[in-house]
Amino acid sequence: MSSNFNVGEDVLGALKKAVQTEESPTGREILEQIIENDRIARAEQVPMCQDTGFAVVLLEVGQDVHIQGDLREAVNEGVRQGYKEGYLRKSILGDPIKRVNTKDNTPAVIHAEIVPGDVVTVRFAAKGGGSENMSRIKMMPPSAGVEGVKKFVVETVADAGSNPCPPILVGVGIGGTFEQCALLAKKALFRKVGERNSDPYYADLERELLTQVNKTGVGPQGLGGTTTALDVFVLTYPCHIASFPAAVNIQCHAARHEERVL
Amino acid sequence: MAQTIKLRTPLKDSDLVSLKSGDKVLITGELLTGRDAAHKRLYDLVDEGKPLPVDVKGQVIYYVGPSPAKPGAVIGSAGPTTSYRMDAYSPTLIELGLKGMIGKGARSREVREAMVKHKAVYLAAVGGAAALIAKTIKKAQVVAYEDLGAEAINRLWVEDFPAIVVNDIYGNDLYEQGVKHYRKLP
Repeated sequence: MSSNFNVGEDVLGALKKAVQTEESPTGREILEQIIENDRIARAEQVPMCQDTGFAVVLLEVGQDVHIQGDLREAVNEGVRQGYKEGYLRKSILGDPIKRVNTKDNTPAVIHAEIVPGDVVTVRFAAKGGGSENMSRIKMMPPSAGVEGVKKFVVETVADAGSNPCPPILVGVGIGGTFEQCALLAKKALFRKVGERNSDPYYADLERELLTQVNKTGVGPQGLGGTTTALDVFVLTYPCHIASFPAAVNIQCHAARHEERVL
Repeated sequence: MAQTIKLRTPLKDSDLVSLKSGDKVLITGELLTGRDAAHKRLYDLVDEGKPLPVDVKGQVIYYVGPSPAKPGAVIGSAGPTTSYRMDAYSPTLIELGLKGMIGKGARSREVREAMVKHKAVYLAAVGGAAALIAKTIKKAQVVAYEDLGAEAINRLWVEDFPAIVVNDIYGNDLYEQGVKHYRKLP
């Protein structure tokens, strides 16, 4: 609930910095409008965006933890309560083709992982539909190399244009299998603005990708400018000799996520 | 330099003549709301030759599905949703006299052509500025399709609702022109 009302300090800081560097006058006004919007949302405890998202929950369950009861149902009950009490929009349809709203924003998308230890880490994100729709995955030939990844990321952001509400955050997954690559891109979006990949090679790639996507001209709200993205995050995983997947998950400036350790 | 124009709805053709792509506008008056499901229903009615539950002549449709209103509030947060999902339905509504659309994101060639042919404009509101925009909405009333919840058609009364002209009646498109201007890649 709180993440829908209070924009992260990291995002707010990046928006304020962007006002100083953005070359387009209209772009600067848009950034100021977003900052003012986020101030109102925080002051009045209302959602910064009406699309209060699909509840995406990453669970890291320590293998020494014994859970009594239905963990999945507990997560969904949390979503149910939060979206009701917070007057958040219910945007989930029970079936993709029959399209009838479940009216309580459940079920959540839950990714659970078993890890060493005796704690459960719960990470929550409210993922908006507009930016999710602009995300892509590509199974590239290994010969495409790092240049192939760069081209794919920049093209995806440029083609998304105004649709995902730029300035955006860009999650990039490289490697793994088809489904895991997409999950890497999603997980990358849980990082904070300015938080670099621990591998210096990928930290440099993140910086380069950010510079490149900001040269696409898309700008704030896609109306032209030099602030298309606030940050780019890369996550990688080992890869099959025949494969070279890359995934780009796009997040709007209303980047809403929280973490709790239980 | 782009100008800021005060716009009063409903719109007449004479209001649109001076509007140029890139202008900032502050809208006062009535807006209709509608997004995916409502558009599909309106379109199907036209297709079947049946009357619409609301007259779109001279109207401006705002693509929005607000969050629920808190007790005592007029409306919840109410920023624009992505417009291309309405592209399949918009030319038909423009033909029926719709004069304006507010959303975010680029429109299809068919919608842009319909805007030039029948004189209508497309305006962008800032996506994600939902709390700020909600403050300009003074009254909201469901006028059709209440069963659609957040997707129902509402009539809104707004004061100084901020938007930017993307497509004017002369065929200009700010998304195309703005991005081209700032692009620094080959």
